[in-house]
Parts: sequence; C-alpha cells; structure tokens
Amino acid sequence: MNPTALIAEDEPLLAESLQAELATLWPQLQLLASVGDGASAVREALQHAPQVCFLDIRMPGLTGLEAAQALAEDWPVPGPPFPLLVFVTAYDQYALQAFEAQAVDYLVKPVDTPRLAACVQRLKARLAERQASPAAAGAPAADAPSLEQTLAQLRGLLGQAGGAAAPAPRLEVIQASVGNLVHLVPVDEVLYFEAADKYLRVVTASHEHLIRLSLRELQPQLDSAKFWQVHRSLVVRASAISTALRDESGKVFLTLRGRPEKLTASRLYAHLFKGM
Amino acid sequence: MNARPAPARTRPGWIDWPTMNPAFPPPAALPRPATHRRLGRVLWRNLRVGVPVCVAVALLISLIFRDRLVQNLVFSLCIGLSIQALVQLGRYVGTARQRRQGAQGPELDHLWPGWHWMGPWVVGAALLGYAFGATLGSALLGMGTPLHMLANPRALIIVLVITLLASGLTTYFYVTRGRLDAAEAAAQAARRAAAEHQLMLLQSQLEPHMLFNTLANLRVLIGSDPARARDMLDRLIAFLRATLNASRSSLHPLAAEFDRVGDYLALMAVRMGPRLVLQLDLPEALRQVPVPPLLLQPLVENSIKHGLEPQVAGGRIEVGARREGSALVLTVRDTGIGLASGSAVQDGFGTAQVRERLATLYGDRASFLLRPAPDGAGALAELRLPLEAPTG
Repeated sequence: MNPTALIAEDEPLLAESLQAELATLWPQLQLLASVGDGASAVREALQHAPQVCFLDIRMPGLTGLEAAQALAEDWPVPGPPFPLLVFVTAYDQYALQAFEAQAVDYLVKPVDTPRLAACVQRLKARLAERQASPAAAGAPAADAPSLEQTLAQLRGLLGQAGGAAAPAPRLEVIQASVGNLVHLVPVDEVLYFEAADKYLRVVTASHEHLIRLSLRELQPQLDSAKFWQVHRSLVVRASAISTALRDESGKVFLTLRGRPEKLTASRLYAHLFKGM
Repeated sequence: MNARPAPARTRPGWIDWPTMNPAFPPPAALPRPATHRRLGRVLWRNLRVGVPVCVAVALLISLIFRDRLVQNLVFSLCIGLSIQALVQLGRYVGTARQRRQGAQGPELDHLWPGWHWMGPWVVGAALLGYAFGATLGSALLGMGTPLHMLANPRALIIVLVITLLASGLTTYFYVTRGRLDAAEAAAQAARRAAAEHQLMLLQSQLEPHMLFNTLANLRVLIGSDPARARDMLDRLIAFLRATLNASRSSLHPLAAEFDRVGDYLALMAVRMGPRLVLQLDLPEALRQVPVPPLLLQPLVENSIKHGLEPQVAGGRIEVGARREGSALVLTVRDTGIGLASGSAVQDGFGTAQVRERLATLYGDRASFLLRPAPDGAGALAELRLPLEAPTG
C-alpha cells in the first residue's frame, strides 16, 4: 500500500511547490488532500486518515498546532494509526525551540530540497517501523503507543505555547450583555466555559450566558490552578468536578457538582484525572 | 488629534506567536548587589567628598590660628564626618516623611526633600555634629572634654562659621550633582527609548515572518515563472529600500506613498493568491501632495494581518485618497474579520505609531480613526491631514 499524505498550507504557491517537491523526492507518496485552512485540514484528515500531515503553523481559522490538537482529540480509537505530523513555519523562533524540545518534525520555509529529503527519509523510516511492529500489523487498536506519543508531544507544545503567553490581569467579573442589559457574573460563580462557534458559553449553577470572546483570549485571565482546560473548547472549575470516568478510547466523562449535564474531557487532557 | 480610542485588532483565529516571540526580549533586570557591597558603595561615595572637605577645613583652620595641623585634622575629620552622617540621615528622614504625607517627584526619588526641610536640618546637624565630633576628637587626642574650646569664644565662632559653611556648601554640592545625575539618567533613558522605538519600528516593518514567506514564494516562482519572479523581486527590493529609508526623508509625494503600499500589497497578493483582492485609488490631482513616508503602511499591514489573513475566505482591501475642503483624507478599508469588540481595547504598536507621527507633524490638525466599516464586515481606517505642509 502506498503511503498517503495531506498538505495544509494557506499560500497556494507554497502548497503547490511542496506537492511538486514531494512528488520528486517521494514518488510513491499519494496526496489525499491539499487544503488552505486549519478547519479543512482537520475535516479532511479525519475523513481520509492520511499517514502523514504537513501542517503550516499560520493558517486562517485554526493554526497548524490547533489543527493537530483537534485531530488528536477527535481521532477515532480504535481506528487507523494517527498520522505522523510535520509542522511547517516561516519564522517562529520560539515555536522552533518548542518543536526541538518535543522532538516534533518540522520544516522551515523556504524549504530547501536537502532538508525536505531528510524529512522524507525520516518519515519513511517511521512508517516502516510502524509496519514492522507486529502489534500494529495485526490489530489497528494496538497503534495506541504512537497516538500516546503524539499526545505527549502536543501536551508539551501546548504547555510551552501557553507558558510563553503574556500573563494577563486576573478577571474577576464577566460582563455578558443581552441587548442593552449587561449581566455581571463573578468568575467565582462560574462552573465552566465552553467555546461555541464565535461565542463562549459561561455556565454557573443557575444560569448560562454568552459572551463574544474566544477561549484563548479568556484563558490567560483565569487562574489555571482553579480552572482546568479539559478539551480544546472546554475549561472547567476543578472544584466543580465531582467524578471522572475514563472510557477505553481515552476520553474522560465528567460529572459536576451543581449541574446535571456531563462534560467530556479529551484524551489530550485525560492525564489530569488519575487517582492520587 | 481625535481622542476617540480605536480598538486594537486581535487575531481570534490565531495563536499569537509574534507576541510570545519577541526578537528582542526585554532585558533581564540587573541583579541587585549584595547588601554589604551597596553599603560599601554608599560609604565610598560619601567619604570621597567628606574627607577632602575635612582636610581642607583643617588646613584652613591651621592657617588662621597657626596651630598644629594633625590635631586640627583629627578634629576636622571627627566633626565633618559626624555632620555629614547627620545631614545624610536628614535626607532619608525628610524624604520618608514627605512620602508619608503623599508627596512624590523626581527630587524625592533622589533623596532630596528640598531646602525648606534640609536648610534648618543642616544648621542643626552642623551644631550637633560639631559638639559630638569635638567630644570624640578630644577623647581621641587624650584632651578630656572639649570644654577648653569655650575659653576662646572668638576662635569658637570662627570655627563654627567655617563648619556651617563647609556643611552648607557640601550639601549644595550633593544636591547639584544629584540633579545633574538625574538629568543625565533621564537623557539616557530617552535615548534608549528612542533607539528601542526605532528597532521596534524596523522590526514591525521587516517582520521576519512576512520576509521569509515572501522569499519562499519567490523561490517557487524562480523555477516555475521567472518573469513573475523578477517582478516580485523588484517589488520586494522597492519595499525594503523604502522601509530602510523611511526614517531619513521627512516627506514624499502621495503618489510615492501609493507606490510603496502597492509594492507591499503586490507581494501579499502573490502570497495569498485569489484570497486577496486589492484596489488602490489615487486621484490625479492629489498625486503630488506631500505626506510622511510609509504612513499608510502600518494600516495596510493591519488590514492584511488582522483582517484578511485570518479569514479563511480572504477578502478585499481598498486604499483611497480624497480631498475634503482643506483636508486630505486617506482611507484603508478591508472586508476582513473586523475589529475585536469588548475587553481588549488598546492601541497596537502600528496604530499607536501612526497617531504619534501625526501628532508630531501636524499637532491637532490631523486625526486618525479606526472603526468598523460602515457597510458590513471589516474595518475602516481613516487619516485626515491638512493639505498644506506640516509645521513640524
């Protein structure tokens, strides 16, 4: 079976060129999709399950890193092996340091041919390793170690990205407006925040409000010891979580004190919930 | 200047790599030296003034009374250094007292509570220090109590006057030097701020991400479409030259400004492909109007970076100029994701820089306004400047 790939790059010329160079260096590689934004990258990757994903870091919609996070959270388990990820970036000194530290494959634009060839060799070796591994050949579910490894790398990357962000002053009160009326909601009463499209749901024991803010803008203003991110679109007050139940795919189902609904923590954050 | 605040454009769809990625990280705070070293430094700063003054006073008194220099030196040092210690103590006490009363200012930061406090204090310190120092000196020289000095009132008065004068003059010297130091420090800080500003300006214009992505595109075009590659390279060269020269020339014709903005947008158009539609409208009559170079650049960059690039579908950017009475109105309009609403209202570096340049060149005869575009999504930046030459 030929190896398969996906390219996510928002600049058309660069996408074409990467495709052309890969065709020369790795003729067997079959390109399943070439997309120009992060959300499409996630959608196409989930649909086609490529073995390799080239993800540009700066893309409209989701960044390459966010796309990788979404992929890791939503990848079906049991299912096909998680793709090998290669991040592509023009100039991000700190991102490169993070990639180095987490041993993630990356390319720097402009990508010179020898560098791309080296990357191709490494990818081939990794794919060969996967096929040789007897467990992977037999049962697809046994690819868990490779997903686990990617999760660890992504945790490292996301942790570093968050840690380097400028610390913002703590938010005490959330102002949610409905028409001309503004509701003031003390952060201390909030049980969880959930991202919903362009809005953020702010949920307290008795009420629910919508604010126009992204989770990424909000998070630096929250106390990370009190509010845990448990999914790319979910931040929960730790003390409001009553139980956590892990299923075989790695997801964790949370019940809350004071709210009837169940929340789902992704496998990327499942490590937060383990017995003491 | 228009005082209405413009909301900063944030990038909802992005991890903000540039902010976590300063090419010039803030300098680490200088380590605070150990206490004994600081104490040593303060002592040395005081002694290198105090001791020479005491020696000079001793010499003067020996000359006036034609008596033993060594003895006068001992007395002078004991008295002088006691007074100095008391005067310095007064500076700390006075500063602390005035701080408690809510006063603040650069003088207080340099431990100078003002002559209204220090004048009487210096006189008191001179008298008290004299009594203490004389007692100490007498004890050191084995002369018992200094009461023998009272035997010659005329000599005592002369010595007291000299002591007062020396104390006053030394204190005056400290104050003057403190002010000079403060002025020098302020000038240095201003120079540093100007240099940093220049660096940030250059960095914001020669943003590495833009540069390397442009080069990556160029690398592709060289192979696939050499003619287009040459055109792109020409644009890049013109853009770089303009950016590096911008600070050196004070004004250039509006036509040149549009050319430079056109270069930048042409580079972006290659990179973004069909995602970017651009339109530049410069009426013939306004071509020669002098404007500050690259004034529009940060606004166009903002539109691309925060408006159009984050939008999956891309969009359209229009740069225009028109005359309204005696004012020149320049507009940059985009159909991007629009201005962030709500909490994060603050000027970005680009818009702050535009405001600053307008204020310096035209005072309140120019204005800058950034607001949601009136017809639907996106943002509209509007610059209004007088048509006649700036005064600055």
